Formats: sequence, C-alpha cells, structure tokens
Amino acid sequence: MLSIENITHSIDAWLNSLFNPTVVLLVESLIVGLCVISLFAVLGLVLVLMERKVSAYMQIRLGPNRVGPGGSLQTVADTLKLAMKEGLTPDGADKFLFNLAPFVVIVVAMMILAPVAFAKGLQIWDLNIGVLYITAVSSLSVIGILMAGWASNNKYSLLGAMRSGAQIVSYELSAGISVISIVVLTGSLRIQDIIASQQDGWWLFKGHIPALLSFVIFIIAVTAETNRAPFDLAEAESELTAGFHTEYSGMKFALFFLAEYVNIFIVCAIAATLYLGGWMPLHIGHWAGFNRVMDYIPSSLWFMGKTFFLIFVIMWFRWTFPRLRIDQLLNLEWKYLLPISMVNLLLMTLIAIEGWYF
Amino acid sequence: MVFLSKMFLKKYISDVFGAVRSLLKGMRLTGYYFTHRKEIITQQYPDNKEEMKLPERFRGEVVMPHDERNEHACTGCTACELACPNGTIKIITKFDVTPEGKKKKAIDTFIYHLELCTMCNLCIEACPTDAIKMAQNFEHSVYDRSELTKKLNKPGSKIREGVE
Repeated sequence: MLSIENITHSIDAWLNSLFNPTVVLLVESLIVGLCVISLFAVLGLVLVLMERKVSAYMQIRLGPNRVGPGGSLQTVADTLKLAMKEGLTPDGADKFLFNLAPFVVIVVAMMILAPVAFAKGLQIWDLNIGVLYITAVSSLSVIGILMAGWASNNKYSLLGAMRSGAQIVSYELSAGISVISIVVLTGSLRIQDIIASQQDGWWLFKGHIPALLSFVIFIIAVTAETNRAPFDLAEAESELTAGFHTEYSGMKFALFFLAEYVNIFIVCAIAATLYLGGWMPLHIGHWAGFNRVMDYIPSSLWFMGKTFFLIFVIMWFRWTFPRLRIDQLLNLEWKYLLPISMVNLLLMTLIAIEGWYF
Repeated sequence: MVFLSKMFLKKYISDVFGAVRSLLKGMRLTGYYFTHRKEIITQQYPDNKEEMKLPERFRGEVVMPHDERNEHACTGCTACELACPNGTIKIITKFDVTPEGKKKKAIDTFIYHLELCTMCNLCIEACPTDAIKMAQNFEHSVYDRSELTKKLNKPGSKIREGVE
C-alpha cells in the first residue's frame, strides 16, 4: 500500500545507498527545510483565501470572486503585489532589530512545526519531550513581536507590542495547564505516544467533561496567543492601525502575515493532536468493523480534516465576537480561565489516578 | 472567607454560563449565515446591470416628476432651499398673473447642484406638495463638472391645477 511512511523510508534508503551517513543527514535536512518552506507558502495562500471566504459568507457577502475561478487566485495576486513592494525601514527605527523581527517570528513558527505529526510516520522530529518543546518554543514568538514594536519607534507599534506581551504571557498559563491535563492522562510528553493512546477513542470523548473543558480553554487560550480576534488588541485596526507591524511593508509585512496564519495552523494541529487524536482515525472502543472502515481513510486526510475544522472554528470566533478591552482580556484570563483550568486539572488528575476514563 | 461565600460563587458560575450562552447565540447566527448562501445581499453590479434591484428607499439624486401635460407640483415656496444644509438647491421665483388679474408667486427655475448634494433627503421631507423626490439613478459620472448643475423643472412646464 502506498503511504507517506513508505515514501520517506524509500528516499532514506536510496540516499543511504548513494552517500555516507553525514551527507545523507545534510541532504535530508535540506529536503525537510524545502518541504517546510513550501508548506508555509501553500498554507499562507490557502488560509488567507479561506479566511476571506469564510468571513464573507458569515457577513452575507460574496468575498473575492474575480481573480481565477471563484476568486481562488486572489491570494496569489496579493502575494505578487506584496513581493513587488518596497520594504521601507523608517528613519528613526533601530534598523537591525527592525529587519530581524519578522525573521524571528517566522523562524519560531518553523521551529514549532518540528514535533507535529502530519500523518502516520510523517513527523520531522519525534523528540521525547514534544509537548514541552511546543509550549516552550511557542512563547518565543513574543520576543519577535516585542522586537518589532520596540524597534519601529512608533507609538502604535509599541502599544501593540506591549499588549501582545501581556496577552501571550498570561494566556500561556492556561494553555499550558490544558496541555498538562492531557499529559496527565497519557503519561507521556512524546507526540507519538499521545496519538497512540487515542487508538480506541479521542481524549475529547474519553476524558469526560474535564477533557471537554480543557479543550475549550485550550482553544480560547491559543486564540489569544495567536493574537486573533476577539483577542486582537495587539493589532486592533480601529485603534492602533496595525499594532506592532504598523511600520512594516512589502515582504517583511508578508512574513508577519504569514506567521500569523501558520501559527493558527500549528496551534490547531496541536489541539487536534492532543484532543482529537492527530492522524488517528475515529475509533470507537471495540467496534472492529467500524474501526476498519475508518482506517481506509488516509491518516494525512484525518489530520488535515481535524486541523482545518479547528481553524474554521477559530475563524468563526473571529467573525462573530467583538474585541475585548485590555482589562477585560486580563480579567478573563486571571479571574476565569486560570482558576477554572486549575480546578479542572485537579479533576483530571483524579480521573487519571482512579482510571475513570475509558 | 468572603470570596468563598455562596453569593460570590453563584454569581461567578452564572457569569460564566451567561457568557457562554451569549457567545454561542452569536455563533449560531453567523453559522446560519455561513450555511445559507441565499441570504447573501451583495449585488454583482456591472454584471447584473439589467436585472439589478435597488432598495425602495435608495437615494440617487433629486428629481422633479412631471406628468404627461408637462405639469409639476412645485409652488416655489423655497422650503427645500431653506432645508438644504449645504446650498445644493437654488430656486428662482417669478410672479404669474392669474386670469382674475391677481399676482401669484410661481417657480421660474429650480437649480439643483448634484455635485454638492449629500443625498440627505431633507429637501424631500421639507416639500409641502411632494413636488420633488429621490430617484434611483446612481451612475452620475460625466466629463464636465457643469453637467452636474441641473435644472429640474422642464422648459415650458407649469404648476398643476389645484396645487397650492
């Protein structure tokens, strides 16, 4: 049977037959890097188009419908336009930090991609502390945002960056606690183990109400962490023009834009991995027949389907909810999400110790 | 232990549930719009020029309807000119002599500056005889600015019998 796992293994074997192990490692890193960059490009195009279409339909509009069939080439045209534009650096800016910031943001996004399992056997780096790695690296992106805001020498940018910092630092907590509650159930930080533990059902269903609660909290927290509406005060068009990337133009702006959408993809992929079983097909307990039918759908399709469903949910949030004020934002985290998720973690631990989950 | 009092917890929990309920309500509405394409109100303008339907209250420009005998309902009272916030309307009046030999105020020229008009509808509301109304036409581009200054009463028209 043709699967992605076999393809990667055959490429590995073929390269090993040609070169010595060091060269093979280098060539494979290069291939993986190219794959990641092309994945980023495709994700940027697809997600921006999806966002524009989803927002249009939710606002009783049509959305882009002129460039290409049904407007499908609109984002390609937009990217071309951005590539042609001049990348200005303002006079008063800290030139080095200003130009470095977009790359920091995009590199962090690339780094989080490493432990994500895209399909059965398709994972860049299956390290034994995958979940810890993800939570650790994802908080680095705030450095890029603060760098951009500070170096721009612009009030809007600085305000946006500060808000973003406060936001990411506080919401990291409840996101982390939600992740821990799944780790408590699986007893492992390795992504493959977490997926394997969902062989007979997803944690969202197996873990009763605490799992559902931690899933909801995780989705809220990552929406805030990716600076998306209703938590988009970091860029808040109506008050801060564009927040931390006000001064950016051309491809540097495009990198920020791309990083935003790639981050959404990544957090949704992680949510899908932790709560919806990653690439694991929908299995219900011991229904052998049903499980075998579900296994016929390729694992990559399962993963992409779950991830894009979650992305759709996050877009749904964006086009429904009004933006929070900064004090409301911090109230929500410190007074509601954090206490609830702590109590929830206790409940989850009780369930895990007593073995009440299915 | 104020923070653990029964009232506090009750309010806290009801706050959370109330928030979740109202957020889900909003999501249900946008979800309904997302799944029901027939609700889309966008007019694909240049493509549907023939069959395009504008809302009844759309305000395109001020016109003065004339009937088949070339008669209008304007008495020249200048209520519209006074109502206009930015000097779009200028009315030049004259005195007609009635058969009985009495002088009667009438309209000579109704000048309408489309280029100044903000389509605020105040003149139409001010008109006591419903002599002017808003038209649905909105394709106003011309090659010369002077074409936008319009004379609304047609040449040779006169006021309809019985309109005071």
